[in-house]
Amino acid sequence: MTSRDIIRRSAAAQAAALEAGEVSSEELTRAHLDRIADVDGDLGAFLHVNTDEALTTARDVDSRRAAGEELHGLAGVPIAVKDVVVTEGQPTTAGSKILEGWIPPYDATLVQKLRAAGLPILGKTNMDEFAMGSSTESSAYGPTRNPWDRDRIPGGSGGGSAAAVGAYEAPLAIGTDTGGSIRQPGAVTGTVGVKPTYGSVSRYGLIAMASSLDQAGPVTRTVEDAALLHELIAGHDPHDSTSLPDPVGAYTQAARGKDVKGLRIGVIEELEGEGFAPEVRARFTESLDQLERAGAEIVRVACPNFRYALGAYYLIMPSEASSNLAKFDGMRFGLRVVPEDHPTAENVMKATRGAGFGDEVKRRILLGTYALSAGYYDAYYGSAQKVRTLVQRDFSAAFEQVDVLASPTSPTVAFRLGEKVDDPMAMYMNDIATIPANLAGTPGISVPSGLAEDGLPAGIQFLAPARADERLYRVGGALEALLEDAWGGPLLATAPELTAGATR
Amino acid sequence: MPSIGRDDVARLADLARIQLTEEEIARFAGEFDSIMDAVASVSEVATEDVPATSHPLAMTNVLREDVVETTLTQEQALAGAPEAQDGRFAVPQILGEE
Repeated sequence: MTSRDIIRRSAAAQAAALEAGEVSSEELTRAHLDRIADVDGDLGAFLHVNTDEALTTARDVDSRRAAGEELHGLAGVPIAVKDVVVTEGQPTTAGSKILEGWIPPYDATLVQKLRAAGLPILGKTNMDEFAMGSSTESSAYGPTRNPWDRDRIPGGSGGGSAAAVGAYEAPLAIGTDTGGSIRQPGAVTGTVGVKPTYGSVSRYGLIAMASSLDQAGPVTRTVEDAALLHELIAGHDPHDSTSLPDPVGAYTQAARGKDVKGLRIGVIEELEGEGFAPEVRARFTESLDQLERAGAEIVRVACPNFRYALGAYYLIMPSEASSNLAKFDGMRFGLRVVPEDHPTAENVMKATRGAGFGDEVKRRILLGTYALSAGYYDAYYGSAQKVRTLVQRDFSAAFEQVDVLASPTSPTVAFRLGEKVDDPMAMYMNDIATIPANLAGTPGISVPSGLAEDGLPAGIQFLAPARADERLYRVGGALEALLEDAWGGPLLATAPELTAGATR
Repeated sequence: MPSIGRDDVARLADLARIQLTEEEIARFAGEFDSIMDAVASVSEVATEDVPATSHPLAMTNVLREDVVETTLTQEQALAGAPEAQDGRFAVPQILGEE
């Protein structure tokens, strides 16, 4: 088996190969590290590659397996982690200059779980600064490029994680989704992205952007892989006061069922019309046709308040971000810039934050400061929290009629680098379909739906009620199987080959 | 909808403790008006009879047993500090500001 063959397998298939002794974790990890060395100079998916530690973990897993120890099902399968998740002893920057060189003294809970299960951590993936963006262009360390077309964005803010998985640099990755940052990059790179129910995966050790919206989740190439990773990272965590006390669901079993007979799927009327590209809508309709032929019932559902979700999100998110990012003040960690004139604490804070934050972060902190300021609080932040109630009511009413909701994940395929960088509202519109789930705390999955304009991938999104994540895997796994039958294999297999050794 | 001008942006930057260049202030002032126009639609439906939701899922208070747990050591807590002295964070002068 060549290294090209093994890295193109799903994580589940790689785990099976490890279990069968066809390959060692060291060989598997080295194959992915070689792939990163070959193609990442051009892609920019990784900010930090963790070679020594990944190989040490891999060798440890191999020894334990050889000794007959019972291991986690994914033990020895490597993974990439978005750089907003803290990793003890490994750099964590959240894509920002203000944290350049920072080495966290502890692990996020989900990282502890990855380490305990024996997954070699390949490195930290690129992202929009503090997860603010839809294109990975706001990273202080340069953009990530889309493996399908390197002149295009890989989505954001988790473009690094999605590109790493799409380019076979890692079979699994961790992302975070505040307004769609797992699902939208999944859609535009032809990968699978899941935002779990809010609170079902611990946020302890995630550098917070908007605490009531942020949620970590899996980025993978198959629905089954997402389910396997989701089961590993989910569960109650006493370190996170918003962590749900619920047991972890049987996601993998649901993903493998591939049966949608009798499942009622609601098409959200407000999320398929104006603003959605014709070929993205065409792939969406074809996907629904496949599911209908397999026995699902398709009905149209109105969610009239979703049209206000984007506005509410762009008030709530900056407000929470302005508070969360107050800790980056040059006092206890990270960058400190000392001005020559009057280097008082206040002036050091201003100089540090002025030099350490990029445009998008400054823009959102200022917006949040404005929305929370005296005189405007009720009109902006207070009103946005009311819209949140209305969006939740829309979801509740819809889920009385259907089991899951569906829409295209992103209104368009990947746009060109630089195309929207000077137009914040145009950039924000990318999240129009994904944001309602964050406001309501409901889970969502994006699954590849086919190729649209310019031969680039599009995604279909399914949303389920809070705590009903199994339904996402049921419908996602079934659609994936139906479409791959129709296409003759995974969509990613049709992506252009990346040139080894290319550099930007 | 009040217009957000350069003075407003400069004031917000001061409140948020972010030093901005004149060019940044001018650019953000232009952008903020269009962003706030776009988000103003929320007030159309946010009527008095709608309660606000601050959190996506119903929360209950979380308590644990009152037992001592491991925390970061002093050395770990100071490891990322820009400057430390005598086991403490060394910060710039905080008294005597204007």
